[in-house]
Amino acid sequence: MPDVLVTGADLLGAGRADLLLRDGRFADPATAGPDVERVDADGLVALPGLVDLHTHLREPGREDAETVASGTDAAARGGFTAVLAMANTNPVTDTAEAAEHVAALGRRDGHAQVVPVGAISKGLAGAELAELGLMARSSAGVRVFSDDGHCVTDARLMRRALEYVRAFDGVIAQHAQDPRLAGPDACCHEGELSGRLGLPGWPAVAESTVVARDVQLAALTRSRLHVCHVSTAETVDVLRWAKARGVDVTAEVAPHHLLLTTAEVAGYDPTYKVNPPLRPDEHVAALREALADGTLDVVATDHAPHARHDKEHAFADAAPGMLGLETALAVVLETMVLPGRLGWGDVAQRMSAVPARIARLTGQGRPLAVGEPANLTLVDPAARAVVDRAGSASLSRNNPWHGRDLPDPVVATFWAGRATYRRA
Amino acid sequence: MRHLLSAADLSLAETSAILDLAEEMAQVQARPVKKLPALRGRTVVNLFFEDSTRTRSSFELAGKWLSADVINVSAKGSSVSKGESLRDTVLTVAAMGVDALVIRHGASGAPGQAAQWVDAHVLNAGDGTHEHPTQALLDAFTLRRHFRTTEPDLDTFAGKRVVIAGDVTHSRVARSNVLLLQTLGADVTLVAPPTLMPSGVETWPVTTSSDFDAVLPEADAVMMLRVQRERMSGGYFPTPREYTVGYGLTRARLASMRPGSAICHPGPMNRGLEISADAADAASSLILDQVAAGVAVRMSVLYQLLGGEDAPATPRGDL
Ligand SMILES: [Zn+2]
Repeated sequence: MPDVLVTGADLLGAGRADLLLRDGRFADPATAGPDVERVDADGLVALPGLVDLHTHLREPGREDAETVASGTDAAARGGFTAVLAMANTNPVTDTAEAAEHVAALGRRDGHAQVVPVGAISKGLAGAELAELGLMARSSAGVRVFSDDGHCVTDARLMRRALEYVRAFDGVIAQHAQDPRLAGPDACCHEGELSGRLGLPGWPAVAESTVVARDVQLAALTRSRLHVCHVSTAETVDVLRWAKARGVDVTAEVAPHHLLLTTAEVAGYDPTYKVNPPLRPDEHVAALREALADGTLDVVATDHAPHARHDKEHAFADAAPGMLGLETALAVVLETMVLPGRLGWGDVAQRMSAVPARIARLTGQGRPLAVGEPANLTLVDPAARAVVDRAGSASLSRNNPWHGRDLPDPVVATFWAGRATYRRA
Repeated sequence: MRHLLSAADLSLAETSAILDLAEEMAQVQARPVKKLPALRGRTVVNLFFEDSTRTRSSFELAGKWLSADVINVSAKGSSVSKGESLRDTVLTVAAMGVDALVIRHGASGAPGQAAQWVDAHVLNAGDGTHEHPTQALLDAFTLRRHFRTTEPDLDTFAGKRVVIAGDVTHSRVARSNVLLLQTLGADVTLVAPPTLMPSGVETWPVTTSSDFDAVLPEADAVMMLRVQRERMSGGYFPTPREYTVGYGLTRARLASMRPGSAICHPGPMNRGLEISADAADAASSLILDQVAAGVAVRMSVLYQLLGGEDAPATPRGDL
């Protein structure tokens, strides 16, 4: 693998500099040899490779919707060098063997590092703890545990999970959805639109009441809690309260919750069916504010590919979820950077350093400095394009941004010094 | 008119035209030979993902009396459980060369989604807890006839007070009626316990109340909504007894109604729960008139959709 010399990139406001990628790490540019491959990064911003805490890769089990190869290809195009693969595959990642299998698929097919998330409960059933310790001590080194797709509703099980993972510095990532307040049919933010369209409502408090309970359990157990895909202003309030009291809680927001609103659902297009659902403007505004002030720590995609035939049902019957890996940075640029709410350093924190720290990934989310792993994303802050779902690397087409004019930032992605994506 | 998916699709002029034509169709209904050649050579498919003998029979008769070829397709057991998508089911049926699809579906919005996939005219015969526009039309037809017995020149419902009482949240009948009655100019009051009032109802063009007794004496008509059995176990109200006391059209409430005030119910009724036998069988009850109006109104709607056309529609497979 030849060395790569990236010249003239803007290093997160630290000024323009050259970067030399050699043997998977950043090396001193002054030592670049004559046969180095040159990348002109004039006008581009250099970010550490992005890390997604919340990706559904669908393999094993639903390889028609996504595979590790296609999903990580999409990740690379989106500027990601690592993804946390959610446990709700078939079979569920709830044993050491299943976690090692996912990690092995990543080593074989991945265009980015694939880190398995372990289930909290066996079979995601919410009844008994999965083998959390064996997953943690396996070669997959699982640190993030989640029943995502399902909420751990049993308060005692949640307490035990939080307590138990302290032994190996794990984190419990909760999909907060009280199933009595927002049951399996709930598919639309409960409000004016759900009432008018006759869609089963998903009230905002079904999320925030669970988070309120969980942060108190995290305080009790002195353990690490992570809240998946926060979608409501009420949850932000609870998180502010918890963080002010020193609870070790982190939280993520998905790009679609930063830009799309409930109004998209008016035409019953299942592309816009996602769980938790799109919310009205006031929630979107609260999420942007919370991401800006750090109450929401990270952006995570909740990339959820679905085969066409799983989306081509009546809205209430269609599978929930949207693609997100390829467009996440574009949406953050549109909603947070261009309006001046976040600088590039903040983006590096929220999409790389902090997610890597939450997942305890030592080789990701590091500074762009000599000796560090050469995970790099080059970004053109000015480029825009109309999103075309046909151009996706994902095997699925449930792309909520299709036809929308958005920033088109990612120019190149390097994972461990190797280019995993180069714009043609 | 391309499709009939929502009562909101209908202007006042279109509504009046449908009701006027339905009057003519009702004349046909009264004849010994109930057949018009209007839709000869046209094919109408009743695509029912949810059972409803009443609505399906009504659409079937409406099509047949207009000489259309009518096919009933029961897609019950939901396409999801059979592994076929809604789109595949709808395209398959439409590919047979169908001019109109009458769709009943347990999920809100399904007929509207189907209308985006096919060239055939789509008629919403009830979708989830969303809408049931032909029910609202037949209710309007029935009420208009009733009001015209004392006001023969009545065209709109301006100044008329209509109370819709019961499980508004889960009622597609209520949603379509609210929209159509607004178009017709009526003042609508919804009465329900707060647990059965839809979220966002404050943005609807209606007055709301949880006090049936306060609003009933002012009503020119009251529409009772059916209470679904599963709502009783769903915690929406404590007991059937309490529901009846609060929101049933009891004998005592019947006595409080303004003379000549009409009673409607989309059926099937839970006698003794939301409506007493006295009210259901009262002289002012229009419940059987509603059923009779169903066929005439659906003939009128089918004619409005299909009557003036030449080339049969073809399915569209792309998108
Ligand atoms: Zn989730």
